[in-house]
Amino acid sequence: MKFKGFYRADGKVGARNLVGVIPSVICANDVAQAIVGQVQGCVGFFHHQGCCQLPPDLEQVTKTLIGLGCSPNLGAVLVVSIGCEGTDHESLVRTVAATGKPVEIIRIQDLGGASRAIAAGIDLAQKLCIAISGEQREDADISRAIMSIKCGASDTTSGMASNCVIGYVADRLVDAGATVVFGETTEFLGAEHILARRAANREIEKKIYEIVERMEKRAKSLGCDMRKGQPTPGNIEGGLSSIEEKSLGAIAKSGTRPIQGILEYPEMITTQKGLWIKDTPGREPEILTGMAACGAQAMLFSTGRGAPQGFPSMPVIKICGNPETYERMSHDMDLNAGLIINGQKTIEQVGEEALAKLAAVLSGEMTKNETIKYFHSVDIYTLGPVI
Amino acid sequence: MKLALKVNDRDNVATIFAQGIESGTIVEVRDQKGNVECVAVGEAVPYGHKIAVRAIRAGERILKYGEEIGVATKDINKGGYVHVHNLDSMRGRGDLRGEGE
Repeated sequence: MKFKGFYRADGKVGARNLVGVIPSVICANDVAQAIVGQVQGCVGFFHHQGCCQLPPDLEQVTKTLIGLGCSPNLGAVLVVSIGCEGTDHESLVRTVAATGKPVEIIRIQDLGGASRAIAAGIDLAQKLCIAISGEQREDADISRAIMSIKCGASDTTSGMASNCVIGYVADRLVDAGATVVFGETTEFLGAEHILARRAANREIEKKIYEIVERMEKRAKSLGCDMRKGQPTPGNIEGGLSSIEEKSLGAIAKSGTRPIQGILEYPEMITTQKGLWIKDTPGREPEILTGMAACGAQAMLFSTGRGAPQGFPSMPVIKICGNPETYERMSHDMDLNAGLIINGQKTIEQVGEEALAKLAAVLSGEMTKNETIKYFHSVDIYTLGPVI
Repeated sequence: MKLALKVNDRDNVATIFAQGIESGTIVEVRDQKGNVECVAVGEAVPYGHKIAVRAIRAGERILKYGEEIGVATKDINKGGYVHVHNLDSMRGRGDLRGEGE
């Protein structure tokens, strides 16, 4: 199986050819937004971090922005700096430029404020857009794909239809030599012992328990026990009988292949193949950012109640397990896995459709959320207090 | 025909995706490849809840997704309703004890 992508100087293959406008800090967002609004082919990452945070968080933000900038879906990058931010914008520019793509930076304070920075930024973004706009797609083997996975706004159908479809695709991709990344560490609670059995070795097994414990400890430091009351009375009413069943329904989207390792939140995929875990929360802006920052060219997203949003630089394919939601929200949902619940199609049939859809999207076909630009919620996962 | 889905070959339960399931209703249990087996349901089972696709003895593991989701606390007939009344989590059940493990 093949797709058509953009070959980058660092050997990676992109599914999009965009100019990424990256604010190095929250207070550069308005300038970045004005540039993105004016220049064709630009996407912005309007996050809320980068200042008045503890050093480990500032490092996490810098690394995440570097990951976003290095994504093969971006052909060029414009960094919008305020000048006094806590992130290391110099390292951001240097590291992204090392991939071989054109990178520019504007500094709002140096340029004399917002209006001048916007003007300078538009000129630079225009130059970058022209520089990459002639690039052509070429054949790439599916083994060059890095697919990320997520579920959100789930219902009874998610664990039985859309998550199983994504699990089917994950297995097919792993078998074809591609890379698959799933996250949502909070969803492992109660089934981490089952997930840990799929670890490729003892060290990875131990790490799976560690990331779950780390997540739980953080909640406990605020006096909250994340296992308490699981499954919830609502879950039980919906048919879930145990915490294992609930978690396995979520984990089903990772398929059945061995887990090759754990990536920390800001970590990038370099040469890793097979199935990987990224330690992320489940909330959409943070996990989507984390997945795009690891270099995933696309995401398969399972939903039942209907989660419409995507991500600026990573096409997000919505696979809907609930046939009624699919009909009601057909302009937001890309694939109807509800046909499994209706008995009209099997998991394998919809799985093959999802794989074909993924190849088409990697080759340039737009997802529903891309066409209507429903993708502006971006945020970076941080751990400590804001000062 | 009323539908129930079984997602892994090892599973001994299937999830009902139909309304109005009463004692004696025949459901079509489908696997991920589309193979079908008809099973008579033992009692009323709500949408999204599970039935046993073979007899399960007390103490036996209940398997869904090919993994254990709990242990049977009573003997369950083929077609019997499987839920918190006859399935116990092996990890601690928040709803019963008021706290997790």
